[in-house]
Amino acid sequence: MLHGLAGQALAFVAALALAPLLSGWVAQCRAWLQNRTAPPLWQPWLVLHKRLLRETVVAENASPLFRSVPALVFACMAIVCTIIPTLSTDLPLAVVADAVVLVGLLALARVLLSLAAMDVGTAFGTLGARRDMMVGFLAEPVLLMVLFTAALGARSTSLASIVDVLAHRELAIMPSLAFAGVAFTMVSLAENGRIPVDNPTTHLELTMIHEALTLEYSGQHLALIEWAATLKLFAYSCIGIALFCPWGLAADDTPLALLLAVPALVAKLAIGGMLLAIAETVSAKMRIFRVPEYLGIAFVLAVIGMLIHILLGA
Amino acid sequence: MGAILLPEMANWPLLQGLLVSASVWCCLGLIGGIQRRPGHAAHLLHASGAVTAAAVALLALLALPGEPRTLTIDHGMAGFALHFRLDALSALFAALLGLVSAGVSLFSAGYFSTGDDASGRRICVQYHLFIASMLIVLLADDTATFMLAWELMSIASFLLVVTDHRDPATRRAGYLYLLIAHAGALAILAALLLLQVDPMNTSFEAMRENADLRSGSSVVFLLALAGFGAKAGLLPLHAWLPEAHPAAPSPVSALMSAVMLKTAVYGLLRVTLDLLQVQSWWWGALLLGLGLASALGGVLFAAIQTDMKRLLAWSSIENMGLIFCGMGLAVLFSSHGMQPMAALALTAALCHVVAHALFKSLLFLGTGAVLHATGERNLGRLGGLICTMPWVGWLMLIATLASAALPPSAGFVAEWLLLQCFLFTPLLPDPFLNLLIPVVAAVIILASALAGYTMVKFFGIIFLGQVRGDAARACQDAGRWERAGLVWLAIACALAGLVPTVLIRLIDPAVRQLTGRGASEELLATPWILVPVDIDQASYAPLVLLLGIVGTAGGLVIVLRRLYPGRIRRSPPWNCGYEFSSSRMQDSAEGFGQPIRHIFGQIFGIRRELPSPFDHAPHYEVSVRDRIWEHAYLPIARAIRSISAFAERLHPVSITACLMPVFVAMLAIIAWAVL
Repeated sequence: MLHGLAGQALAFVAALALAPLLSGWVAQCRAWLQNRTAPPLWQPWLVLHKRLLRETVVAENASPLFRSVPALVFACMAIVCTIIPTLSTDLPLAVVADAVVLVGLLALARVLLSLAAMDVGTAFGTLGARRDMMVGFLAEPVLLMVLFTAALGARSTSLASIVDVLAHRELAIMPSLAFAGVAFTMVSLAENGRIPVDNPTTHLELTMIHEALTLEYSGQHLALIEWAATLKLFAYSCIGIALFCPWGLAADDTPLALLLAVPALVAKLAIGGMLLAIAETVSAKMRIFRVPEYLGIAFVLAVIGMLIHILLGA
Repeated sequence: MGAILLPEMANWPLLQGLLVSASVWCCLGLIGGIQRRPGHAAHLLHASGAVTAAAVALLALLALPGEPRTLTIDHGMAGFALHFRLDALSALFAALLGLVSAGVSLFSAGYFSTGDDASGRRICVQYHLFIASMLIVLLADDTATFMLAWELMSIASFLLVVTDHRDPATRRAGYLYLLIAHAGALAILAALLLLQVDPMNTSFEAMRENADLRSGSSVVFLLALAGFGAKAGLLPLHAWLPEAHPAAPSPVSALMSAVMLKTAVYGLLRVTLDLLQVQSWWWGALLLGLGLASALGGVLFAAIQTDMKRLLAWSSIENMGLIFCGMGLAVLFSSHGMQPMAALALTAALCHVVAHALFKSLLFLGTGAVLHATGERNLGRLGGLICTMPWVGWLMLIATLASAALPPSAGFVAEWLLLQCFLFTPLLPDPFLNLLIPVVAAVIILASALAGYTMVKFFGIIFLGQVRGDAARACQDAGRWERAGLVWLAIACALAGLVPTVLIRLIDPAVRQLTGRGASEELLATPWILVPVDIDQASYAPLVLLLGIVGTAGGLVIVLRRLYPGRIRRSPPWNCGYEFSSSRMQDSAEGFGQPIRHIFGQIFGIRRELPSPFDHAPHYEVSVRDRIWEHAYLPIARAIRSISAFAERLHPVSITACLMPVFVAMLAIIAWAVL
């Protein structure tokens, strides 16, 4: 129990520290692939520090909701990162929330951010809220169906149990997980505001989805929201790793095993981030009207994955 | 709380107490009816109604764990005594009725104190008769009492719906409601008469005893489904609901949505799982199918509404759909003899019943407060009310999060339990059902994700952003009584989400009564963690989750303040540097619904009129029609009209020709009886 809590605390700190680095790594890989000079790996940390030092400007007509949302969204994302088995599957706090609650927490963060964007009442804020909620309601079922496909095998929606079962099966390609994997990749791109659904580095307001939500934020508020966004990318990467590549987790609770699991996680994240950068470089952003089609395909793939699991039992 | 069982409590006259409360309500209504100045009396009368409602809730909670209590009132006519019965199922729904109507009555004490005297008097009578009749529906234990109370409930609510009878749209809504309510009542009466075995004994007790002598259970089930489904607003029979709920005064809409729809759930549970003791699997599949269609259809239409009460009415259809999905799963499991799973599914359905009653009454009362303050029910002319009406705004945020089924709210608990049921469906012996179930789960998740979209639209457009109209600019927050009612419901709603184990313990006796199995040992053993079956399989601790979120956020803010003492400055919105900005540049209600219209355009019948670039007075209009109305209701109406036209042509012939069909029909009946 005590070791478990220590492991969980380590995972929490690792998430907070590594999440901006993961975003920095993806940006670096993208720059290399596009023949640009890459920013340093710790650039997101420098940006966070800069934003935290700056003055925070709040619109005159903003309600208290607007001011409290950044910290709440950050807290939701931090808790999501804590309940995902990143280092070991012995998570004493995992009983608080299972996979369905995890999806619920992500939805809560999205709803809070959308409400905050509507609070100031600018045209771009409401536009962003509407678009983000649209992507959200299409993406949420896909993520839940992917998690359910994995949950059916373990007969449990507890993430720790699911990953425990997945990590201890024999090495074979399960067709249901293959479909789920494709669906999961598509939905992670959409949920994290990545090309082809959204461009995280865009400067054109009319094409923004996620960035439009945060246009009115500045200073410390913006820092928290950007940190939360990197945590979200980290959480999705960790869910992907936990479901589709669960090897290398700490086998027991000893401090040494936990510490050894950290480099394994970093290596997997580095590979995942590189793949993300390649995927973003070779594809183009699609029109917003095509997004429902894209996520609809992901939804159908996820349902097919689940049907295959029930039909074949694998 | 379910465990409190004092030794002498079995003898307490709880059922009598509930019946007395119902008569107190009736008396309050009558006193209100003869008041000279009902506006002044409204405070006192409705507040007394709220106290009575709280007493009802308390009495029903005390009766929950005990044995069923029965009471027969013999009024001299042989064979037609009034039977009443208070068992766990009726106690649960009565407790819910008391809890919700206490809040709604408190709110009404403020809400109905203004307005003209004649309508004030009428509303006071009808309102109290309405709640009293709902309580009698829950307690009735024979066909006659049940149908009497059911009809009284329908008529009282019809009169409340047409309160604003000078408006032709309201009269039309009331007429449609009355028509469908009575068609449904006929179906229920037929179902109950078919259930009756002993011709002289109409009590439900006799039906229970002779359950094995009966044939044709499926017909009874279908009739009951049609009757109660019409009351619940299940999809093909939903047409009255989005018309009638918005037309009624807001406290009445709250009661109709929160409690009256639930009496339909009660009735169907009573007939399907209590009076009919053996179920077929296809009943469950049918319930599941209708529930899914209602859930998805309801939420899609809710997402494109521009009238706030109509939006909530469609969202009620969605929630009733989800409840029926839970009931369908329970029947499905029960028909395969998997009682523990049936108990879990029924627990999910009843959790949703409670959660929906609490958050939807809160939402409807909130729209009432907004309507009172601004006189505006079109979302597109409201906005920014969280600054001018902070009490209503922040309390509505609780209900909004619950309605969007987000953790750690009450709505999420119900959805979570329902999704847990789907995890066990592969255990069903029928492979065809097994393949269907994941699709069902997917649709349910889609519906609840869409509910999130709808509620963001609802809350964001009414309470956030810049003020859109003049009416919304100079409005006042809710009064003292209204605030009290809202706070009461908000506390109940928040508690139901944060300590779901208490809620499930209260539901457990009813589940145990209907399925023979209660919640698992684990569920009752752990007070803070919700564990449906086994802690390794799934668990959820909303209170810890909330503490975690608030703690992390608070701790973070404190640490950041220490490390970076930056200052906060207020300034005009940045708006990407655009200098000109007006409230009309925000998304309107139509604009926020546009993605839904675009994506699900096939489902709606959309007609659009777009302006051309050369128009001098550009005109843009979108109208969305309900296809079920066009393809199911209108043909029936046309058929009835042509039949009546045919009968009218027969009319002037002669009395002999008119009596001829009657004679032929009697001959046919006699022939059938003889053969």
